Amino acid sequence: MNKRNVVLAFLALAALLVAPHFLKSYGLYLLTYWLVFILATMGLNLTVGYAGQKSLGHAAFFGIGAYTVAIMMKAGLSFWLGLPAAALLCFLVGLALGFPALRVQTIYLAFATLGFNTAAWLVMRNEEWLTGGTFGINNIARPSLFGMSLDGSLAYYHFTLGMTIIFAALLWGLLRSPWGKAFTALRDNPIRAESLGVDIRGYTLLSFAIGAAYAGIAGALFASLVQFIDPAPFTVGSSIMMYLMVVVGGPGYFLGPVLGAAVGVVLPEWLRFAQAWYLFVFGTAVVLLMIWLPDGLLSIPDRLRARREAREASAARSAAAARHGGNA
Amino acid sequence: MSAPVLEVRDLRKAYGAIQAVGGVSFQVMPGEIFGVIGPNGSGKTTMFNSVLGQIEPDAGEIRLNGADITGLSPLELNRRGVGRTFQTLQVFGKMSVRDNLIVAAQEHKGSMFSRMFAPGDSGLGPKADELIDLFRIRHVADKPAGSLSYGQQKLVDIAMAFMSEPALVLLDEPCAGVNPSLVGGISTLLKELNARRGGSFVVIEHNMDFVMDLCHRIMVMVEGTVMAIGTPAEIRANKAVLDAYLGN
Repeated sequence: MNKRNVVLAFLALAALLVAPHFLKSYGLYLLTYWLVFILATMGLNLTVGYAGQKSLGHAAFFGIGAYTVAIMMKAGLSFWLGLPAAALLCFLVGLALGFPALRVQTIYLAFATLGFNTAAWLVMRNEEWLTGGTFGINNIARPSLFGMSLDGSLAYYHFTLGMTIIFAALLWGLLRSPWGKAFTALRDNPIRAESLGVDIRGYTLLSFAIGAAYAGIAGALFASLVQFIDPAPFTVGSSIMMYLMVVVGGPGYFLGPVLGAAVGVVLPEWLRFAQAWYLFVFGTAVVLLMIWLPDGLLSIPDRLRARREAREASAARSAAAARHGGNA
Repeated sequence: MSAPVLEVRDLRKAYGAIQAVGGVSFQVMPGEIFGVIGPNGSGKTTMFNSVLGQIEPDAGEIRLNGADITGLSPLELNRRGVGRTFQTLQVFGKMSVRDNLIVAAQEHKGSMFSRMFAPGDSGLGPKADELIDLFRIRHVADKPAGSLSYGQQKLVDIAMAFMSEPALVLLDEPCAGVNPSLVGGISTLLKELNARRGGSFVVIEHNMDFVMDLCHRIMVMVEGTVMAIGTPAEIRANKAVLDAYLGN
């Protein structure tokens, strides 16, 4: 990380620490909600953006994480037991979901994951004895940390911020390790990657499993944030929305989910003035974004750099041609 | 006499009624650069892909340093020391040139689990730099491989095949689509790599001057069978080869 990025990271952190003091409770809730979705879409960005797999089932993992924590806490177990259990369960289910990716790709894989999301959602809705069905599970408690209660909105925001930073740092480390290059190689050219000894089978499964674990952790934080869960936030529609967040932010860009989740969570709030036209405005904005920036918002600096380099190369060629002309 | 690095015995592959490869046998010796030529449709690529685990042969045996490798996957072959290039460009476009070279060898370092905690370059930076200098691509080492010219990408593509120091490298048309001024450079590079590292190469190529200049022995394939195997001088003097392929 260069000096400029370190400064920017500290400024962003300072803003995130200061912002709650200028916000009312709904604003603070929204900010926490955004952090939860950053974490969830960071996992999806690994699967989709870095490893190049198509997944329309991420909301199912988000739901599995939320229900795992809610059910365990209702059974009298600690959040701190529920959180790793949610991550582990999602990791294992994600590993299993990765197997279709070894056989099918592109739109067919997307449909396979979509089918998984639908099945998971039906379990959440129909297995009332376990999940409460459409009545959901309410009064989900917030955890305490080292004897400190996280019941308050501000305390829970700080906790979620801390968790987001920790898991973002872990992902950053993972992507800077040889695994990150292997994921990218898998995305860019699996046949070439395999011929170079990259175990594309193993990395495909891991990209699904780790991405799912991140969604599970985010789901666990979500359950304690909203304190009531029902199947509604875990539909295929939510998976598509998460996919959209990754694509809008910039798939394969580390900070893409930060911007993407802002577009998916915060932008709808800003568009409230449009009232009934909100979805139309939101949809139009996304369509325009995909036309002009198919690689997402964070591709803007790269596009500008590529344009500048092309201009410079063109100028250098013209100058060389002029010199040759002059010498002739 | 030393044992062959690669030994192919009676390799056969048919697509329906078409016998693409019909009983091909040859040996590649340690340190040898072995060329494969033949007109389009002669079965070169099918033979190549059978050796490399991309397609399963109907019959025959392929041995690497005496061990049977018939039907092994490209992954297993790479782990046993077989490198390759493809007919078309196969670089990782968004990665830098240096990262392309590093990823080409990183999976040979430690276990998958240990690589999760390894430094980003897997300790392969100096080796990557050595190849970057040898291939004279230092000025583009930090640029995304996809942004380079075709010729530069071709050099990166070839360099990647050598990063893990394989015992055997199969190069599928290394000069395809390359500017004629670069062809001689590729030949010099391959000779230098062969002299420095001592590996064996199998090269499929249509550019006759390139093959004749580079290879120690050449196999001529016609209609899925071996027409001749010999030194460049022997191939040049073979009347059947001249009639069937080289012309006058």
